[in-house]
Amino acid sequence: MLQEYLPVLIFIIVGLGLGVALLGVGSIVSPHRPDKQKNSPYECGFGEFESARIPFDVRFYLVAILFIIFDLETAFFFPWALALTEIGWFGLLAMGLFLGLLVIGFIFEWKKGALEWE
Amino acid sequence: MIMGLLEELPAFAWILIKIVAILIPLLLGVAYLTFAERKVIGYIQGRIGPNRVGFRGMLQPFADIIKLVFKEIIIPVRSNRYLFFVAPIFTLTPALIAWAAIPFAPNLILANINAGVLYVFAMSSIAVYGILIAGWASNSKYAMFGALRSAAQTISYEISMGFALVGVLIAAGSMNFQDIILAQQGSLLNWFFIPLLPLFMVFWISGIAETNRAPFDLAEGESEIVAGFHVEYSGVSFALFFLAEYASMILISFLLAILFLGGWLSPFEGIPGLDEWFAWVPGLAWMLLKVSFFLFAYLWLRATFPRYRYDQLMRLGWKVLIPTTIVWIPVVAVLVKLNVGPWFS
Repeated sequence: MLQEYLPVLIFIIVGLGLGVALLGVGSIVSPHRPDKQKNSPYECGFGEFESARIPFDVRFYLVAILFIIFDLETAFFFPWALALTEIGWFGLLAMGLFLGLLVIGFIFEWKKGALEWE
Repeated sequence: MIMGLLEELPAFAWILIKIVAILIPLLLGVAYLTFAERKVIGYIQGRIGPNRVGFRGMLQPFADIIKLVFKEIIIPVRSNRYLFFVAPIFTLTPALIAWAAIPFAPNLILANINAGVLYVFAMSSIAVYGILIAGWASNSKYAMFGALRSAAQTISYEISMGFALVGVLIAAGSMNFQDIILAQQGSLLNWFFIPLLPLFMVFWISGIAETNRAPFDLAEGESEIVAGFHVEYSGVSFALFFLAEYASMILISFLLAILFLGGWLSPFEGIPGLDEWFAWVPGLAWMLLKVSFFLFAYLWLRATFPRYRYDQLMRLGWKVLIPTTIVWIPVVAVLVKLNVGPWFS
């Protein structure tokens, strides 16, 4: 069973190696002539005003939280989808109930304006 | 112990050969996809596109690669040096290793794992870390905004993509890619894009948004935030992001072909006469034909549609695509339970 995952593991090592090797080659053969202007962060021709680590819009955070809920939901759906032929109508209805609860939550979010961007 | 390892050596070498046999066509595919993009969009806009290097510009990708390798890698002064270099590797690696579970033709697959769909889905999700690390490590405003936008967009569309996948899993009853393709056997009418048409559209749109491609490329909207999260990257470190983006485009096209258009199956299957006529065509050719269609669609969409606004993008993801999948999953489940033909009988 786990034997089948060996190529995956080797592929991960090769993939990491390829990235490192490309960067390595690039940093060896490319010129290296830094100067103050070149190395400053890009800001449309200005010198930078302040650090980029400024507070960001809370809605990005909200999206991330909603994502966790729905992604977890997907995680519950995957095994159910595979076992659907074995668990019968009861399994289907049980999942329908679960989905129904989530839909109520989704409607609540929607009505509360968690999905609004303006 | 050492003797045991020596005995395993041929097996390891064989796996390595197979990995190289996947990677080289993939990287060539990426190179010529960039060329095709410039040519196709050029012709759509009434231009010729690159035509100077080699016959009709055929060597252009190699000229681009050589140029990128010899460009200086700039490290911005206030960046986090190590994270700055980890990010491109972290973006490229998942885009490459997802290919381990993709079948190209019957039994032409590196790792025929049971949870293939889950593995590829997981790998495509990891890419968001590379984007966030790149945006954060650059310590540049545009990079930061680009990374935030891109991350929010990727995770929003990942939900609809995951739900669309659930529909396919219900229909096929397996997470193994080969089994999913074989479940669509019979004829063109058995392919999943017919019973799962809404999910097919959702998956397609989400796939384009996941790869940050036009018309959903506002993470790197040139006119607002220059290049987004990779604005501070140059030379090879930029090339790695580029490589990752195009490799994921090809990956999404393969997924669309496998999950909804029957993968390597011939479209003439089950039609008397035509079936025999086209029997000599290898499965790989059908697969690549379908993939080419989706790749062309990527370029076509980019040349045709204006860029979405951010609120429109979020509205489409959360208020159109997710409700569509939530409606269609129970429908598919009931269709499977009732054994509705010709797909689920």
